[in-house]
Amino acid sequence: MDLILKVWRQKNNKDNGRFENYKVKANEHMSFLEMMDVLNEDLLAKKEEPIAFEHDCREGICGSCNMVIDGRPHGPNNGTTTCQLHMRFFKDGDTITVEPWRVKAFPVIKDLVVDRSAFDRIIQSGGYISVNTGQAQDANAIPIEKDLAGQAFDAATCIGCGACAAACPNASAMLFTSAKINHLGLLPQGEVEHSKRVQAMVTQMDEEGFGMCSNTGACEVDCPKEISISNIALMNRSYVGSVFGSDKGS
Amino acid sequence: MRWLINFLSSSLGQKIIMSLTGLFLISFLTVHLLGNLSLLSDDGGYTFNTYAYFMTHNPLIKATSYGLYFFIVLHAIQGLVIALKNRMARGANRYAVKAKGNASFSSKNMALLGTLVLAFLFIHMGDFWLRMKLDWLPTVVYEGYAEPIADLYGRVAMQFQNPLIVIAYVIGQIVLGLHLWHGFQSAFQSLGLNHPKYTPFIKGLGKAYSILVPAGFAIIPIVHFLFK
Repeated sequence: MDLILKVWRQKNNKDNGRFENYKVKANEHMSFLEMMDVLNEDLLAKKEEPIAFEHDCREGICGSCNMVIDGRPHGPNNGTTTCQLHMRFFKDGDTITVEPWRVKAFPVIKDLVVDRSAFDRIIQSGGYISVNTGQAQDANAIPIEKDLAGQAFDAATCIGCGACAAACPNASAMLFTSAKINHLGLLPQGEVEHSKRVQAMVTQMDEEGFGMCSNTGACEVDCPKEISISNIALMNRSYVGSVFGSDKGS
Repeated sequence: MRWLINFLSSSLGQKIIMSLTGLFLISFLTVHLLGNLSLLSDDGGYTFNTYAYFMTHNPLIKATSYGLYFFIVLHAIQGLVIALKNRMARGANRYAVKAKGNASFSSKNMALLGTLVLAFLFIHMGDFWLRMKLDWLPTVVYEGYAEPIADLYGRVAMQFQNPLIVIAYVIGQIVLGLHLWHGFQSAFQSLGLNHPKYTPFIKGLGKAYSILVPAGFAIIPIVHFLFK
């Protein structure tokens, strides 16, 4: 299949950036990233600068392969990352627009690669458990209600890719932050520091300059792990609780 | 006090200010509509004028009205601050292609709709509230009242003979309806009230409210223009 790729090229953070058009020959069995690899091979053969894009596991769990494809983070399909998107979902002759995450707190490093260390700093501010909780427990050692375990697991599937902030009209990181807060706070090991954690992580999220959630629901649709915005409500509830109702937190 | 300032200036705190003031204004709309429906009665304005007299002379309601003015201003200012910060968070470059997501028109345009509602509110209050406050209205004498009462009904009836004003009021109510379409249910989400048990009910109630209440307000100028 013959495609035209309209790709965002930007030398570095100082550069203004612009779109460039490229012709690429792909076949329908390729993943989107493999198609990008083919394009980069072509560019190298022509002694042109290849397109910088982030990738690592190529199986949907690392959260690296971030690009906005035809206006949607991770492309047109729900519940998948870019590496899990296959070319059979496009038609011969299609023009595909590929852009980086456009979020002020994620500055572009080069082309499609953005600096997501703002997310790392949110995790560093409290997204952990301070004590060593040992090896993975025997499944029945700590009884946890099935629904609660499921809810915590759903939140824990967040891969920190940043699609939520990229999709949000306000560039808000609340889906990410709430998922990270809840996957720890819902379980007994994480519950102990929950109040302190909520306050620290929300404060850090604000400091990074992300926008404020206006409950549009854009994030949950583009989240490759389909994490629900009910997590944001739970974070809001925990935050109010940590300020007004907690006898543990500050 | 430091903790309270931190709370109210945090992103979540600012959203909670929006939802609490918003819910207060929603409850006000219900009371306002119930009172205004007396504009439809055929008694030459007696019910409406005496109702307006009660609303402006009862000390408890007067005190509440100062709260109302304050919450309108707070909701508007806080809303604009949030919209501005959110615009900045997006950065200088916009997406070249924007896929049609599931986010509703209302949810993406709350600041614009809110500003239009505020503009409508200025016109509306200039038309009636301000004239009442400045004693610019002619008065009528009713039996059982010690002093003559401002004829607010007469002013309303006169204004609603002008088709341009009727159209402006109907458009104002459509904008209000769109603002409530997202705002009603969004207020509960910001407060952290989201649960499969009651969220579908809140969403349904919000949609019904955002249609019925603005429609109730819009009927008044239309009925006055066509039938009175």
